Amino acid sequence: MLAFILRRLLQSIAVLLTVGLVAFALFRYVGDPINAMVGQDTSMEERETLREKLGLNDPAPIQFLVFIGNAARGKFGLSYRTSEPVGRMILERVPATLELSICAALFALLVGVPMGVYTGLYPRHWLSQLFQAVSLIGISLPTFLIGILLILIFAVWLRLLPSFGRGETVDLGWWTTNFLTWKGIQALILPSITLGLFQLTLLMRLVRSEMLEVMRTDYIKFARARGLTNRAINFGHALKNTLVPVITVAGLQLGAIIAFAIVTETVFAWPGVGQLFIQSVQFADIPVMAAYLLLIGLLFVLINLTVDLLYFAVDPRLRGQGMARPAGH
Amino acid sequence: MAAPSNNPPLLEVKNLRVEFPTRRGTLLAVDDVSFDIAPGEVLGVVGESGAGKSLTGNAIIGLLEPPGRIAGGEVRLEGRRIDDLPYEEMRKVRGAKIGAIFQDPLTSLNPLYSVGRQLVETIQTHLPLSAGQARTRALDLLKEVGIPAAESRIDHYPHQFSGGMRQRVVIALALCADPRLIVADEPTTALDVSIQAQIIALLKRLCREHKTAVMLVTHDMGVIAETADRVAVMYAGRIVEIGPVRDVVKHAKHPYTKGLMGSIPSLGIRHDRLTQIDGAMPRLTEIPPGCAFNPRCTERGRRCLGERPDLMAAGATRAACWLHERGGVGTAVTKELADA
Repeated sequence: MLAFILRRLLQSIAVLLTVGLVAFALFRYVGDPINAMVGQDTSMEERETLREKLGLNDPAPIQFLVFIGNAARGKFGLSYRTSEPVGRMILERVPATLELSICAALFALLVGVPMGVYTGLYPRHWLSQLFQAVSLIGISLPTFLIGILLILIFAVWLRLLPSFGRGETVDLGWWTTNFLTWKGIQALILPSITLGLFQLTLLMRLVRSEMLEVMRTDYIKFARARGLTNRAINFGHALKNTLVPVITVAGLQLGAIIAFAIVTETVFAWPGVGQLFIQSVQFADIPVMAAYLLLIGLLFVLINLTVDLLYFAVDPRLRGQGMARPAGH
Repeated sequence: MAAPSNNPPLLEVKNLRVEFPTRRGTLLAVDDVSFDIAPGEVLGVVGESGAGKSLTGNAIIGLLEPPGRIAGGEVRLEGRRIDDLPYEEMRKVRGAKIGAIFQDPLTSLNPLYSVGRQLVETIQTHLPLSAGQARTRALDLLKEVGIPAAESRIDHYPHQFSGGMRQRVVIALALCADPRLIVADEPTTALDVSIQAQIIALLKRLCREHKTAVMLVTHDMGVIAETADRVAVMYAGRIVEIGPVRDVVKHAKHPYTKGLMGSIPSLGIRHDRLTQIDGAMPRLTEIPPGCAFNPRCTERGRRCLGERPDLMAAGATRAACWLHERGGVGTAVTKELADA
């Protein structure tokens, strides 16, 4: 178990170093950073001095190590666009993205899993057929379209919910939150649904097919033969056996939600890191892009690590010996 | 009849019919099957794959897989009709009055729950015991089915047990609420031969001690001869012979049973060659008129081609064969005549 965690940690570090390399390559190969920093009338000597001062004449491996060392301490330099420290810019916006992503993920899990269980248990019921049909829409409509439709219905026609921004937030010092004001919560609803809908339908379909599979197994038949109640069979024996693949996918999807919050944040003018990234791309603000890349890489790695540990909690067959991990990712 | 007691039967199955609606019409998989099981009696049910023996067992415990359904007849347990009970009522009978054991112990247990948890939940479903009392009972059951070091094994997961040990756990699970009847569907088929004998001996001992009746479904005549008091032989969805196991084994009255017995190798007796029954059991869609066994029967007569025999007294057993009726099978039918 401990060896397994250590091995996974080492792998995670390797992944992060690779992401770091890509981020680093951005600096070196996407234009000349000196050009981005100085005015047009700067002389060649001044440029050379600056280049030397910033360590840009050092060999690439040394520069890479310096970059990684700084990144590990949260130093990503100054934004080309605003000349603010990139670390602080990102940290200011992380709460907005994380709160949105977590709401979207919870929405997807809390609605998608029960819907999947229901459609798996009663595949012929009309409600299941309805869920199936609706899920097709969720899977096939692009996120921005769903967002715009929701804005049209709930913000423009019904005037129930705000169409953009975070609404009111409460500053907790190091974190700004939407959860403490009614307006903040209202502002979260439409973006969360937009961001979570695709994941919801994905989870629903996954749970449904896993459930159909599990209900055919011998141990479910034997559980019936033992006279267990339907509740114990459906939500104990059956649901738990569908969890391993569901955890895998849910974990990957949480990463995807955070990474692809970009579109939703743009549609709803949500002041998160995704929006910051889009602005940075427009200005070729490489320090911000590099930092964003690393942040997303870090989140993915953390989520995957959590997923791996959850396997152990769910499946006793994995405990003890270092057996093969279940297929999935 | 050599039923072990004169008590009213524990289980009565009367004219049971199980059918499967398919696109090409309804298939009758169990056709007019009737038998009794007395309290504490072991009834063996043998037959080839597809003879309807497992379906009969599943119909009794009310777990036919859709679209299969009971199309007629009735099943009574202790005089109470159970084949038409609503699901929830039948659920209370399953596990409490009728235990079940399935073929493959490797897949019968939920891999994610410890065996103790599976035992305790079954016990608490049927008996009004506290968690602590249920655990004590679970421990006793594990000891009773011969799990060594039950105190430490109770919290282990199914994958930590061998196949034979898992089948012991499955038996313990079937015994949780001390049922009156156990339907054991091929309980030893998936096990090593050396383990089979142990499991059969265990099943026999437990049923004697608990006075539990068993319906033992298997295609292994050796297991039946070893364990059962009476045996029912099934062929193409019908019982073709039923009687005390000794008589059926030694003096089979139905040509199919005779063939079945002749095909068992036995030590001590020298056979030049084992007899075999030519042909194969007909598919449900192709059951011939008259006696279903007639195309493979060496003793068939004209009557067998047109009229279907019911069970009739034949020596110590009852067999569904015209040989045992006064009229006989009629004139012998040669192969050419039958094919014409």
